[in-house]
Formats: sequence, structure tokens, C-alpha cells
Amino acid sequence: MDVSLALFWAFAAVAVAGAVGVIVMRQPVHSALFLLLTFLAVAVLFVVAHAEFVAAVQVLVYAGGIMVLFLYTIMLVNVRRQAGEPYLHRQAGVALGVGLLLLAVVGGVVLGDARRLADAHAAAPAARLTEVVGSGVAAGNSQAVGWLLYREYLLPFEIASVLLLVAMIGAVVLGKRTMEKFD
Amino acid sequence: MTLTLSEPLFNALLAVVKILFVWAMTLAALLPNLIWAERRVSGLIQDRPGPNRVGPLGLFQAVADVLKLMMKEDVVPLYVDKVLFTLAPLITLTPALVTFAVIPFGSSIPITWNGAVRDVPLVIADVNVGILYIFALTSLAVYGIVLAGWSSNDKYSLLGGVRASAQIISYELAMGFSAAGVFIAAGSLRLPAVVEWQHAHLWNVVPQFLGFVVFAVAIFAETNRIPFDLSEAEAELVAGYHTEYSSFRFAMFFMGEYANLIAASAVVTTLYFGGWSLPGVAFTGLWGGLASIAVFAVKTAAFIFLFLWVRWTLPRFRYDQLMELGWKVFLPLSFFHLIAVAAFVAASGR
Repeated sequence: MDVSLALFWAFAAVAVAGAVGVIVMRQPVHSALFLLLTFLAVAVLFVVAHAEFVAAVQVLVYAGGIMVLFLYTIMLVNVRRQAGEPYLHRQAGVALGVGLLLLAVVGGVVLGDARRLADAHAAAPAARLTEVVGSGVAAGNSQAVGWLLYREYLLPFEIASVLLLVAMIGAVVLGKRTMEKFD
Repeated sequence: MTLTLSEPLFNALLAVVKILFVWAMTLAALLPNLIWAERRVSGLIQDRPGPNRVGPLGLFQAVADVLKLMMKEDVVPLYVDKVLFTLAPLITLTPALVTFAVIPFGSSIPITWNGAVRDVPLVIADVNVGILYIFALTSLAVYGIVLAGWSSNDKYSLLGGVRASAQIISYELAMGFSAAGVFIAAGSLRLPAVVEWQHAHLWNVVPQFLGFVVFAVAIFAETNRIPFDLSEAEAELVAGYHTEYSSFRFAMFFMGEYANLIAASAVVTTLYFGGWSLPGVAFTGLWGGLASIAVFAVKTAAFIFLFLWVRWTLPRFRYDQLMELGWKVFLPLSFFHLIAVAAFVAASGR
């Protein structure tokens, strides 16, 4: 087995272990830290796949930005649970149902489509890279990502940006309403 | 006797030698002397001698300080989160030490191997996303402070940790956008390419002065140094995130702060002051390579001095002032700078 495959399995295992930790831990801060572990392990998987740019952005945005905000909120709310306190509150049945449904959907996609897609596009990333190089851009992760993002996927990119902007404005409006109450 | 090594083994050996060299320079040579330097500079600025009894000029003060800290009782308060309490100082130290991996600390050194001369570039890893790697690491450094604050189970520590997380997120954006100008100009995210561009043209501090100012101030905020050390603010929060730490655990926070300071100085030197290069000087050959390391070290040391100088000169910001400065002044300035640089580069048709 070559090194990158061994690395892949090792860090895939870490990512899954981190994900399990998120839902098993009772203390919200510990859950958040296990989520951080998962993010970092996924970043390593990106590096193994030679997507250094995506890996760096993964750490920068998810581990360094979003998780810090998560921790900030959790620490301010400061929920310290007593041992033995029930934490599911009659949600167990619904949670189990939704969880099984999600498992079925994801499992179906993985078993059905993913394999077919992987077979069909096995050579695609390499071909894509040479295509980008061929049109006069230096080879490199960030260039390739930028090229694809701002040329081929410009419309989806812009739609996602507008969506985020709308969400942000919504959050500001909601936050301002509470602030005015305190003023 | 001729030593035969396979190509990958030779490269691995080179990498190990470089790593050991960089860590020896920062951890063993620079870091302990920073304790002495900080105290001597504070003395200089406050018109008093500073520590001058241990060894010549007080140079062995670091040894005395570290020994003293290690001898002290290691108090772990009741009801702390033991695992995180232990991990937090380690987390503060690690990102700074790994940052050095992508910083080019010299030009190159010719090494004869298998009868052929090859130029070995003086950088541990020439990653093609160099600066993003550094930003990713610095964004992780905050976890040490935040977790120390939370795990201590103390209101002052918690407030310090909460402040640190908000502060670092606020200044990260301005830092990233101002540095982006450097990479637009150099046309690459690789740090060696940035240094070579500056070597061929002009140090970035001249054409991108605005970006440099924003970046330098943001770095003060990111390293939690005065005037932005709101997370420890002894006047309000006792000692902030490290209130409950004592003995060697406390010393590790100190080491972490100094390691971050060295790393930050090295990054500013690389991005805005030409890294190892000097205008009009070609560093070639063995002696050229060694001289370029010395040039890099002197520039970094100058920045470290600036950090110390500012610390002992400026008062601390108020927390709301810090936030206003970050979001309402530096963020717009960095946007403006980025757009200006991009427009200039586009207009000059490169």
C-alpha cells in the first residue's frame, strides 16, 4: 500500500472518530473540539489529494473562523450539564427517525451514484488541470480553483454569495431588534 | 569515503537538517534571549539598567528566570477541565513553531552530491499556498488562549478567552486582505516567489505602505501584544486567560507568546521587507547563502525590537476602541488597498 493511501485511511479514521466524538460528548465545548478535529482531519485528506489550496481554506475558514465563533457562543452561553441530567427531552424518537432517513439517503447516494460518478470521472481532475494549463495559466492549485470558480461556475458562485449576504442581513436585523430593546 | 544515499533519503535528510537549524535558531538561540531582551529594552525605555547581574550584561537572565519558574509550585485549581487545562499552553506554542516551515530564511546553498552541484533553497517546504498555510496556522493559535480561559473555570480567565477569540477574528480579515496585495503584485502565493519579486523590483513596503501599516497593526492584535493585549489586561482581568496558570505551564504561555512574536516578525520581513534579499546584492555561493541568512536574521531582529519598543511605549486600548479600530478603520482600509493594488496591476497589464 502506498503512503498516500495509508495516510488517507488513517486520517479518514480520525475524521470519523472526531464526528462520533461530537455527538457522544456531554459537554458542548468538548463536542466543538471534536468537530475541530474532524475539520483538521478533512483538511489533511485534501492535502493527500493534492488540493493544498482547498486544505488551507478549510483550516482557515472552518477551523480558524467558524469554529472559533462556535466556541465563543458556547462559552458565553456556558451550559455546564449536571451528570445524569436527561439531555434528549422526548426528542429521542424523532431524532432516531430523522437519523435513519438521512442514513438511507446518504447511503443510497453513495452506493448508487458515487461509484458510477467516480468511474466516469476518474481521469477528470488531471484532464481539467492540463486544460487550464493549456489555456495559458501557470499550473497551481489556487490558479486552477480561481479559473474554474470565476469562469465556469460564476453563476452558482454569485448565487451562493447573495444567499450568504441575505442571511447576514437577516442576522443583523434580528440582532438589532434585540439591541434596541435594551437601549 | 563516499556516502551513497538514494534521492528521497537525501532530500529527507536535507529537510531534517533545515528543520533542526531553524528550530535551533528560534527555540534555542532567539527565544530565551528574548526574555532578556524584553527586560533590557524595558529598562532602556524607562531609563533604568534592567537585569544586569546574571552573566555578562545580564545575558544569562533567561536561565535564572526559567529555573525560577520551574522550581515554583504547579497549582492546578479545583474543578478545572484537566485535559484542556494541560493542552492549552501546548496549543499556543505549536502553530508558531510550524509557521517557520514555509518562510524562506535565506537564498540557497550549493551542495555537492553524487558528483553534481545542486542549489539547495533555504526554505523547509516550498508550499504552493505558502501564505494561506501561515494564515491557517495563525487562525488556530487562538485556541490555546480560548481553551485556557474556558478550562480554568474562572470568570477572569473566561473573559480573557472570549475577548481573545473576538479580537483575533476581527483582525484576521484586515490582515488577510492587506497581505493579498503582496500576492497580487508578486503573482504567486509562494513565499520564495514573493521574496524573489521584491529582490528583482522593490521592497513591498514602499509601493504597498498602506497594506504594510494595516498588516503590522493586525499582527500586534493577532499576537496579543500591547497595545492589544486585551485578553490579559491586568488592570481589569487580573491576568486574563492565564490567571490560574503557574510554574512551568505559565512559562509555556510565555514561550508561546515569544515564539509567535518571532514568527510574526519573520512573516512581516518576508512579505514587506524583502526577506533575505538586499537591493542590488546577489547572494550566490556558500558565503552568499550564509550572508543571506544573516540579513534575514537582522531584519527579523529589527522587527522584534519594534514589538518590544511598542510594548513599553504605548498604553492599552479599550475593548470597544479595539473593535471599532478593527472593523471600521482597518477593514475598509485593507479593502481600499486591495482594490487599488489590483487596479494598478490590471492597468499596467501584467
